[in-house]
Amino acid sequence: MRLDERTRPDFPILERVVNGHPLVYLDSAASSQRPRTVIEAMGQYYARSHANVHRSIHTLGEEATELYEAARDRVQRFIGAGSREEVVFTRGTTDGLSLLAETLGRTLRAGDEVLITELEHHSNIIPWQLATRDRGAVLKAVPLRDDGTLDLEAFERLLTRRTRVVAFAHVSNVLGTINPVAEMSARARQVGAFTVVDGAQAAPHLPLDISLLGCDFYVFSAHKMLGPTGIGVLYGRREVLESLEPGRGGSEMIKEVWIDRAQWNDLPWRFEPGTPPIAEAVGLTAAIEYLEKLGMERVLEHERALTRQALEGLAAVPGVNVYGPPARTDRGAVVAFTVAGLHPHDVAALLDAEGIAVRAGHHCAMPLMRRLGVVGTSRASFSVFNSPDEVGRLLAVVAELRTAL
Amino acid sequence: MTDEVMARAVSGPGSSTSRRGPLLYSDVIRERWRRPRFRGDLPGASAVAEDVNPLCGDRVRLMLALADDRVAGARFVGDSCAICTASADVVAELVVGRSRVEALTVDAADVLAVLQADIRPTRMRCVTLPLSVLAAALKGKR
Repeated sequence: MRLDERTRPDFPILERVVNGHPLVYLDSAASSQRPRTVIEAMGQYYARSHANVHRSIHTLGEEATELYEAARDRVQRFIGAGSREEVVFTRGTTDGLSLLAETLGRTLRAGDEVLITELEHHSNIIPWQLATRDRGAVLKAVPLRDDGTLDLEAFERLLTRRTRVVAFAHVSNVLGTINPVAEMSARARQVGAFTVVDGAQAAPHLPLDISLLGCDFYVFSAHKMLGPTGIGVLYGRREVLESLEPGRGGSEMIKEVWIDRAQWNDLPWRFEPGTPPIAEAVGLTAAIEYLEKLGMERVLEHERALTRQALEGLAAVPGVNVYGPPARTDRGAVVAFTVAGLHPHDVAALLDAEGIAVRAGHHCAMPLMRRLGVVGTSRASFSVFNSPDEVGRLLAVVAELRTAL
Repeated sequence: MTDEVMARAVSGPGSSTSRRGPLLYSDVIRERWRRPRFRGDLPGASAVAEDVNPLCGDRVRLMLALADDRVAGARFVGDSCAICTASADVVAELVVGRSRVEALTVDAADVLAVLQADIRPTRMRCVTLPLSVLAAALKGKR
């Protein structure tokens, strides 16, 4: 049985009819949809077990704490982290990257360098702009080659003893490029730089094993991996997390407080001030359970087949340009494309009129758009519930687009 | 507002036919997208402004030739979608011949009346970008 045949009945939103057509949801790279188990787990939690976590000495408080901390264990296993202390819950990828830029930023000195890449999402650019600007440090970017992959020779040149942080995406949200995380992390470590990996487009789509990647930090969001909005994960290597001062303060992150000083709490709570997203953690647990039941290898295989079908199909339509590495290479589950004579937003609107949801615009990657020489692109992205028929619908409608306006 | 959106989501099949493509892209929009009448450079323009729609990166540059405080000529260039391009084209057409003060009164309703399209809230900024560029051009020095 194909993966989508098994999963589709689990996603109630796929029953929606949009503009007179059955919904074809090809925007999971922006935010995926949720299976019923995730929706119900959160409803159940609110209906039966909600209270604040950690300091509540009553039954519901204990249940909520247990559920919240169980989510941490689940995440630890899912990503292959060495210990639960290395799993910090955030509000999402952007929040995790900001937290790291604030925290690591305070260790920067004038003249230090932070190295990012040309294909980053703004969430992995702006926090480093702020951090380097505040410390008189320098922000540099690894350029792209024309095939949509990073110029690793340039990376070697740009990586120096002055480099303190190397921050890059695991998978590009536009090109689908899969960056060599293990290789880049190993090189960064040789010069003593921390590695921060934006895993937003990777965690939902491929088997993850942090111990093999060797990076210091890895961040991702639940809502792109069948889970709820409002919660994300920041994995941090224990020794590094131990060495860092928290950037944000309040409630759960302390052991003892005086008026003029405080003693920080243990990991991971040191980095989790305020009431955390508890129901969202419960939802994330259900999402991971769902993905693990399918098997991430199967997820990868299914989405890779859809991506290849879309890439090859779109490339064959006259006037359509596709971006990123060739269809035959390993790519993430996104396909960015443009249609000659049509603006990406008009392409998205015309597809929406047929019930097909795609993203259009700069995808929060303006420097990359500039590098590609386009204002924006349209982007179809795939998840476990998408079918080859849906990709076929996309191809059929795109083929008619050039005469649509 | 929330109730309204939820109700729309529940009411289901084809309940929102007014949001279909043909009406979003009215004949006027199609025509002005394919053959804008006011697209191009305006050498000797005396008031120029440019702005970007942060949502999509669309860019519109409006050039006005002002003579005796009247708009004698208008042209636009830019990278923009069909709706924004059509809007810029209509804005340029509407301001020519008006005094500076009269030109400033052109608003979204005037543009929509010409476009005759069902513009969804998410695309209203496409209509209004040329208007904010117009205001900047008329109010700015140069």
